[in-house]
Parts: sequence; C-alpha cells; structure tokens
Amino acid sequence: MRFTTGPAPHLAPQNSVTTMMLRVLLALVPALLAWVWFFGWGIIFNIIIASTVAVAAEALMLYLRGKPIQRHLLDLSAIVTAVLLAFCLPPTTPWWITVTGVAFAIIFAKHLYGGLGHNPFNPAMAGYVVLLISFPVEMTQWLPPRQLVDDGNFPNAWAQLVAILTGELPGATTLDAISRATPLDVMKTELGMARTIAEITADPRFGDMGGYGWEWIGNGIIIGGLWLIYTKVIRWQIPVAVLAGVLLPATLFYLIDPDSHASPAFHLFSGATLLCAFFIATDPVSAATTRLGRLIYGAGIGVLIYVIRTWGGYPDAVAFAVLMMNMAVPLIDRYTKPRVYGHEK
Amino acid sequence: MSTEQPLLRLPLGFEYVLPLLQHEGDPAEPVVAVGERVLRGQVIARAEGYFSLPIHAPTSGTVTAVEPRPIPHPSGLLADCIVIEADGLDEEEQSRPAIENPAAVHPSRLRNRLRECGVAGLGGAAFPTHVKLNPTGERQAEVLIINGAQCEPYISCDDMLLRERADEVIAGVQTMLVALDCPRALVAIEADTPEAMAAVDAAIEASKDERIERVMVPTVYPEGGERQLIQTLLGREVPSGGLPIDVGAICHNVGTALAAWRAIHYGEALTERVVTVTGEGVHQPRNVIARLGTPVADLLSFCGGYTGSAERLIMGGPMMGFALSNDQIPVVKGSTCVLAASDTEVVTEKHAMPCIRCGECAEVCPASLLPQQLYWHARDRDLEEAEAYHLFDCIECGCCDVVCPSHIPLVQYFRAAKTEIWARQQERQKSELARRRYEERQARLAREAEEKKRRLEEKKASLAARKKGDKEVKSEIDAILSRVKARRQQDSGEKGD
Repeated sequence: MRFTTGPAPHLAPQNSVTTMMLRVLLALVPALLAWVWFFGWGIIFNIIIASTVAVAAEALMLYLRGKPIQRHLLDLSAIVTAVLLAFCLPPTTPWWITVTGVAFAIIFAKHLYGGLGHNPFNPAMAGYVVLLISFPVEMTQWLPPRQLVDDGNFPNAWAQLVAILTGELPGATTLDAISRATPLDVMKTELGMARTIAEITADPRFGDMGGYGWEWIGNGIIIGGLWLIYTKVIRWQIPVAVLAGVLLPATLFYLIDPDSHASPAFHLFSGATLLCAFFIATDPVSAATTRLGRLIYGAGIGVLIYVIRTWGGYPDAVAFAVLMMNMAVPLIDRYTKPRVYGHEK
Repeated sequence: MSTEQPLLRLPLGFEYVLPLLQHEGDPAEPVVAVGERVLRGQVIARAEGYFSLPIHAPTSGTVTAVEPRPIPHPSGLLADCIVIEADGLDEEEQSRPAIENPAAVHPSRLRNRLRECGVAGLGGAAFPTHVKLNPTGERQAEVLIINGAQCEPYISCDDMLLRERADEVIAGVQTMLVALDCPRALVAIEADTPEAMAAVDAAIEASKDERIERVMVPTVYPEGGERQLIQTLLGREVPSGGLPIDVGAICHNVGTALAAWRAIHYGEALTERVVTVTGEGVHQPRNVIARLGTPVADLLSFCGGYTGSAERLIMGGPMMGFALSNDQIPVVKGSTCVLAASDTEVVTEKHAMPCIRCGECAEVCPASLLPQQLYWHARDRDLEEAEAYHLFDCIECGCCDVVCPSHIPLVQYFRAAKTEIWARQQERQKSELARRRYEERQARLAREAEEKKRRLEEKKASLAARKKGDKEVKSEIDAILSRVKARRQQDSGEKGD
C-alpha cells in the first residue's frame, strides 16, 4: 500500500490564529455587558460600524497586496482591532470618526507595514491616537453612566444611534448638555485647581475605587483577561508588569501625599488601565516576545501611563504609553534573549 | 492505546530485507553471495571500521538478492540491502559462547562482544553501543542513565518491554556498569507507566544491586531526549556541541540494555526488537517483537490490518518520525514505532499564516531557543544571524511547530537552514582547498622558475669556466702546434742542409 509523505512533525497543530482572536473577542463579552449596562447601546453600534469598516479595509488591502483574501479575513485580527478601538470611543462618537480611526488603523498602521505580524505599532492604538489628536472635542464627549442621569433623560438605543449617525441627539436635549467629563478628566482638571482628592471624589461620578460604572467594566475585563491567561492566549508577564508599573508609582505617591495624588485603586479602575493590561499591551505582534522582555515592556507601559496621567497633558495615556513602548520592542527583544540550553550566559 | 494488549512475537515471514546501514556510522560490507544459505544470527555483512556494526541474518534461509531497496529514511531513497528468503526452519548459528561472569573479563571484551552482535541504541538513533560504552573524553562516567522514558507520544515499546522483561533489562544494566566502570545507574521511568515502574522495582529488588536506582520523570515530550533527561535527573546541561560524557553521564535505552544482556549472556546477535504498532489507522494497536528486516506491512496485518482511515504511515513517533511512502519498507534497529495515522491524528496539509510573534514556540522550546527569531532569520536566509541565535542547538523536536497558531513549518525552515550552512561550510572548505592548491601551484611554479634560473646561471657559470678552460686548452694546443711547426721547420731545415 502506498501513502503520501510529508516532513515531521506530523502531529496536527493545536492552535490557530483564528481561535486565538475568537477567544480575545469572547473574553471581551463580560466587559461589554457592563459597558452596555452603564453607558447604553452606543458601543454596540460603534462595534458594528468599526467591524464593517475593518473588514472592508482589510479586504481592499489584501486585494491590493495580492494576498489570499478569505484566509486572512478569517483570522479575525481586523475585527479584534476594530472592537478594541470601539471600546476606547465614547458611546455617541459620530460614525465618520469611527470610520476614520479604523481605516487608519487597518490601512496605515497594519497593511502599509506589511500586514498581520509585521506592524510595529498596535493598530488600534495608532488609530485611537490619530482620532484623539484630530478630534479632541468629540473624543472626550462621554455620556455619564445611565444610573446618574434623571429618569427618562438618558439617551436610549435609538437616540444614541441617531447621535452616532447625525452628530446630535434627537429631541430637545443636546449632546453638549448631557455629556460630562470622564472621572480621569475631572481628576486632572480639579487637581489642577488645587482641590484635594477627598473633595474631588465626593462627586457621584466617582465610585468606590475608580469612576462609577467604570469599575464594573474593569471587573469584566479582569474576568476576561484571567480567562485569556488560563487558555494561554496571553501569558501572565505583560498584564502583571503593566499593572505593577501603574500601581508601584501610584502607591508611592499616594503614601507620600494622599491629598493630591489619586489612590492606586483609582488608577487601576479608571480609564483603560485594565483594558490595556489584558487586551492592548498583550497584542503579540507589537509586544516583546521574550519572557524578561515582556516584563520590561509591560512595566514600561505601566510607568508611562502613570507618568503621563500625572504630569502629562492627557488625562489618560494608554495609547501613548503603548506606542512608545512599541518602539522599544526590537531593542528589548535583542537584549533579553534567554540563555540557551548548554550555553554559558 | 497500544498497551492494552500483551507483547506478542510476530510469526515468521517469507522475506526479510536488511539494509546495510541500520545504525549511525559507516555501512556494513556484505559477506554473503546470492544463493547462499544462512542461519539466524550469522553475520551477513561485516562492520567496516570502528564506527560500524555487522548485520546478522534474522532467520535461516537463502540470500536471494543484494540490491538497492527502499529503506526507512526521510529521503525515501534506495540503499543497498541484503534480501533473505526464509526457509521457515529458523535454525540458529551458535558461534559465540556466553560470557558467564562479565565482571571477570576486561571491559574491552564486553564491548567487542556487543560489536560482534551488532548491538545499537534501540531508542531510535541506533548509535553503535560499543562506541558509547567506550567514552574517550577526559571525564569518567559518573552515572549511567537508562532511558525508559518514551521519546514521543504514541510510542510504548519501552514501557511494554519493561513490564515483561525488566529482570533482563536490569541484568543488562549491571553489565553496562561493568563495561563502563561506572559507580551507579538511574533507570528513568515516566510517571504514567506504573506497571513498568513496579516491574523495574521488583527486578532491582531481586538483583539486590544498590548501584541501580529507579527514578520517576514527568511525562512531558521531549523528556525522552537525552539532553532533557540529563537536565531533569542531574540538573546538569550538556554543553552546546558536546556529549553527555562531558557532564559525566552516559545514556542508554532500556531495549539496548536488554540486547546487551542477550549478547553477553547468550551470545545472541541483535535480530529482533519491540515495535509499537499504533494509530487510528490500524485495527488492533499493540506492541510486537519483530525480526529486523520484516516489512512493515507484515506488522500491520498481524495487528488486524488497516482501518479505512489510515492516511499516513510513520516510522517513529508523530513528532520526529518520518513518513513512509509504502509499507514494504523493513523494520530496522532504530524502528521504535509504526504509526498508521488517520487524518484527525496528523496533519496532511497546512497553510502557513504570517508569524504573529505570540512567542508560544519559545515557551515550549526545550532548548530555550527563540524559534520565532530563528524563523525570521532562516526565512530571510540570514544564516549568520540564525547561527548567532544558536540554530545548531535545535534538536528538531517539533514542539514549536505543533503549538504555532500560524501553522508555520518551523522545523523545516531550521533543517533547511542547517543544511544550507553545512553546504556552505563544505563549499568554503572546497574553495579553501582550491585556493591552497592554487597557491601551492604558484609557489611550485615560482620555485621551479627559480630553480631553472639558478641552473641556467650555474650552467652559464660552468660554461664560462669551460670557456676559460677552452682558452687554456687552445693556447696549449697552439703552443703544441707551434712547437710542432717549429720542429718541422727545424727538420726540413736539417734535411735541406
């Protein structure tokens, strides 16, 4: 009897890019539920718009680059980029902003550098930074959590969809009137006005640890993130290092002067710290690959987040911190090669 | 799944095909002619040099051919084989007496016996055992490691062998200790083979030999790899490019220990081995004792034949074994396993995606390499950089391939890069040789020209000297002639008077 042959190993691969990306998407579900509960249905529309644009841009670029379209679309990496970017956008972000951000992420940050696996910068964060710099007003126009708005005044799914499509809510209430600054924003401006932490956090927008509502999204992210570590989609080094990088300076300054420095818990549960630790900094393509390298890379991001939040010009700093450490990755990888079996260090 | 059935001996077949190279080293040289009758255990090809082993007839019968046949090798190429048609009598040749007390003879006699009996490493690499029992390094053998940890998933031949013949294995270990003059031995058994462990414990107990100890090792591929086993058991790492003896260790497979014992105690040549026949492609997976040279097809039909799902036939394990193109290929000394795999067990086609730098390959690499970086350099044929990332420390275990989410055939890239580096080295050596030859030639030509010039000058000088001499002669002749003339004139003058 004759058989076909092929090179060893013969054992079937146990994992695929598609599985990994699908697990990342699933891991975002708990956070998404919390998000919808507190901020309404806007994020769902944003995810739909972002994913559609991402798939279209990906297909176009694959076509232009002469790559097999179907196989690459099925790896779901474009969808992950789109969903992560949508998680960073205010719920009523006008559609053209989402479109611009995602298109930039996929076309410029991803494909012009060579597509999947070759982009030095995290595409979602590159897209986000472009939006933050280009449209600072729209990008900071957040709705307050539904629970903090008087009954009936919080925009329902329809109203949020109209706002996304037209740039303004239907009816008498304007977006300007209802939207508020995020807790991180408030913290930054009011600390600038020499108010104490206790005075600032007396505002209902602050919860037990971080911003009201935000902390529950954070809990959802932790659940999803731990599941990703359990299923080995990500390894523990980057999340632990990012969180340690934020918490160590935050604790230090909080202990020195708790009146003018927000608590470590606030830094953890506000803004995108947790999303960054588990979902953004862990993007394998743009992160360091060695174990020690991942610790350095993650810690760098964490420290940069704290530094920019505290002394920089932006209330949150995840995107900048990630992009800056992305630049350092080749260097980190080069100097953190592990000792090979049978070699002296 | 192959351990549920007891170990059985395969019935005699009709034809046996014995490749002349079944071991690491140089092929053997045939010493039988077509048509000759041979007995079981008779040498049919003798060892060529120290790094070689003889081949013995696996049963009695007639030599029908000495010709190139397909052999178990990844290349799928043909190589010289001796073909024997069995006569069914299975008569044995008794030419080697038993060595009753191995401790009383010189170790070199034991090694010679192993060489005569064709004993090679039965763990897969088939390294000549007498060479391995004769370490030449500076360091003494401090510990003999007997490898009972299966080298790959699916394979259970060592497990079954230990369950049924542990006492003989332990006796073999004692002999090896004598041959090596080594103070202790560790028998490594995997955690998931309790029966084998119990059998070994009982055998050690019965031997009352305190030098031998049984140790449990985790069932993690590639634990059965020599270097990994040494690291687990001794906490020492074999230096890159070195041998286990550099850290005072010698590794032998359990099957080798048994074969060594049979060779020394019974004078028995290595003509059979335990082979695992398994996979979803075979009806009754089990371990069999098969004569060397038996076609793989005989093993499969003994195990109930193929199921419909047999997609690929692999000799060795699913990680490092090689695919056979047909089932007429014979069992050789290094054949641990025949895996008839279905398409759910093995991959027959995979599409590589770009590397996403997830680093899973580095997480599983037993040598702590960075396969993703190696791949990068190997693919770009940046071979110097690949070597700088320690390409040659890759043991090709295939772990990185299996965990890669992008399905990149990493090991294939590494093998290709290694081959290319070797080829370049050879090329460099060749061109170095050519350069040296050219330079030597130039030097020779220059030397010859010099010599010629020197000789010419010498000649000139001697000629010049002779010329000078000529003058002298001439003047002498002239003198003589003038004297003669003068005399003649004188004579004529006298006559005229």
